[in-house]
Amino acid sequence: MHESLSRRRGHRAQFWFLFTPGAFWLGFFFLLPLLIVLVYSFFTRGPYGNVIYRWTADNYARLLNPIYFQIFWQSLWMAVTTTVISLLVGYPLAYYIARQRQPWRNVLLLLVIIPFWTNFLVRTYAIMVLFRTEGVVNAVLQGLGVIQEPLQIMYTPFAVTFGLVYGYLPFMVLPLYASIEKFDFSLIEAAQDLGANGWRSFLRVMLPLTLPGIVAGCILVFIPAIGAFVTPDLLGGAKTMMIGNLTQQQFLKARNWPFGSAVSISLMVIVSIAAWIYFRYGEEEML
Amino acid sequence: MAQSVDLSGRELRTSTALPAVEVREVTKVFPGPHGETVVAVEDVTLTIQEGEFFSLLGPSGCGKTTTLRMIAGFELPTRGEIWIHGRPMGSTPPYRRPVNTVFQNYALFPHMTIYENVAFGLEMEGVPKDEIRRRVLEVLELVRLPGMESRRPRQLSGGQQQRVALARALVKQPEVLLLDEPLGALDLKLRKAMQLELKHIQHRVGITFIYVTHDQEEALTMSDRIAVMDRGQVLQVGAPAEIYEAPVNRFVADFIGESNLLEGQIARLEGERALIYVDGVELAAHRHAQEVQLHQAVTFALRPEKISLLATTAEVAPGHVSVTGVVEERVYIGTDTRYMVRIGDQAQLVVRMQNLTHQDADHFQPGDRVQLSWDPAVARVLVE
Repeated sequence: MHESLSRRRGHRAQFWFLFTPGAFWLGFFFLLPLLIVLVYSFFTRGPYGNVIYRWTADNYARLLNPIYFQIFWQSLWMAVTTTVISLLVGYPLAYYIARQRQPWRNVLLLLVIIPFWTNFLVRTYAIMVLFRTEGVVNAVLQGLGVIQEPLQIMYTPFAVTFGLVYGYLPFMVLPLYASIEKFDFSLIEAAQDLGANGWRSFLRVMLPLTLPGIVAGCILVFIPAIGAFVTPDLLGGAKTMMIGNLTQQQFLKARNWPFGSAVSISLMVIVSIAAWIYFRYGEEEML
Repeated sequence: MAQSVDLSGRELRTSTALPAVEVREVTKVFPGPHGETVVAVEDVTLTIQEGEFFSLLGPSGCGKTTTLRMIAGFELPTRGEIWIHGRPMGSTPPYRRPVNTVFQNYALFPHMTIYENVAFGLEMEGVPKDEIRRRVLEVLELVRLPGMESRRPRQLSGGQQQRVALARALVKQPEVLLLDEPLGALDLKLRKAMQLELKHIQHRVGITFIYVTHDQEEALTMSDRIAVMDRGQVLQVGAPAEIYEAPVNRFVADFIGESNLLEGQIARLEGERALIYVDGVELAAHRHAQEVQLHQAVTFALRPEKISLLATTAEVAPGHVSVTGVVEERVYIGTDTRYMVRIGDQAQLVVRMQNLTHQDADHFQPGDRVQLSWDPAVARVLVE
């Protein structure tokens, strides 16, 4: 009796020791601010940017305005495009890396991660150097005589998508690599032996078995892409506004915290749906 | 197998005169990890007849699996050509070859049910759904796995997974079935049972089997013919009894079963009979039409069960020869007793005597002087 009691007490001590610091951190610095944002989204902006504590659903109703709907739609579209391009570029890359011998494989993986070591802003400015009217791309194309007048690349959806793909590609490659590296390639031989050509053995065997990596990579790219604001701000300018820019603008420039909160909460709902899809597929794979 | 008239242009499987598989002067060279080249298979020529159970036997790294993979189409020969039923395979990819493989690790698709695994190959051929259903259920019956259709591979035991792998290949009705050490992962008892079952299945379906193994006993038990391989080369091809009774060289004699192999020189030649001088004694063997010179260095080879132990006073059977020796060691192993007998300063012979009666086991004791007798016709002279 005594023994089991003390053991249980030990378990309890362990629980508090392991659980409390993280739980406190998340509770205080994540859940509480989130709750505040949720509550604010139902209040009204005062004349001087203050918050008037009066319940209303106006902020959400305002989101249905075509201007904002357009921004949401554009963000969603760009995030999806970014995710699809990252997948199409990332899968062959992850496949190639996973098929290399060591230590070459680790060197390639390191090269994928290296961009993280430099500041994201600096890297985005580097893209600007490439895309400017007098930038590297235009200079080369003009030098080769392909174009006469410089192309307008900066401040277009293309520039933003390019920047997003560039920034988030490693998040796609790493989970894909983990999945493909675990994949048993003798299954491809088995499929070919049974009459499946390269494409069909990929579709029927490799694709379903690396699906967890695909889903994880897509979620990891989609979520930051849809909320991005630095990349669209620098590469998209005022023409290509995304949800992230709208939120930032409402909080800092328009000083409309309640509306900014409503935008944030709406974004969270979209992301939650994406996460829900992820866990649903994730659980299926657990079977 | 039923022969059907195929109007789709695929050549007919009619002529029984055509060998199922021919491997003609095939060499396979792989690039090594440090830029060098590795010769995995060197100038191998094999002819495998229709309906045969043919084994490729040898130690790991002998080139048997590479040979099988070249027949399947996973590797292409560096030189030489592989023919299947009279058609040169060239660089035909695996999915267009009329062969199927049972893989060593089974390579079952983990995300598919047993039914889907077995149906996969037929689906790729575009066989109608109801015919797929009929053939899958039929083949699962054949490998004695009915009622398992909706399970996943990981829910099955090793032996059951092995049967699924077999069913998945057989359902395609290949012209040749390739098996790459399919029983290697099973425990001894299950392996023995599966050996017999594989043989039964082969009889029933009548397909040519090419079987890769490093287990000489397995090869002897199952095969119609065996090719013994070492270091990328085929050393001997023959029926199990031929390989066992008449090995062509020291490697084959040593690899297949147990053998006494003593090095010596030709002391005398009397027609077929050669007397080999080994460590102070002369041992008689037949040269089996091999050309040998006086004083040539050769190996004397004799299977332990072909020697009889006799008391020094006993009469040697007519036509047999004998030498004397001293029993050094005796090991009782149930069906037989194994004796180690010294016949010279260094030379020893292993003798296996069947325990036919109770007394047989302790007939000779270590330290006893004995006669060892054998028929010189079953002893062999091996020339390297």
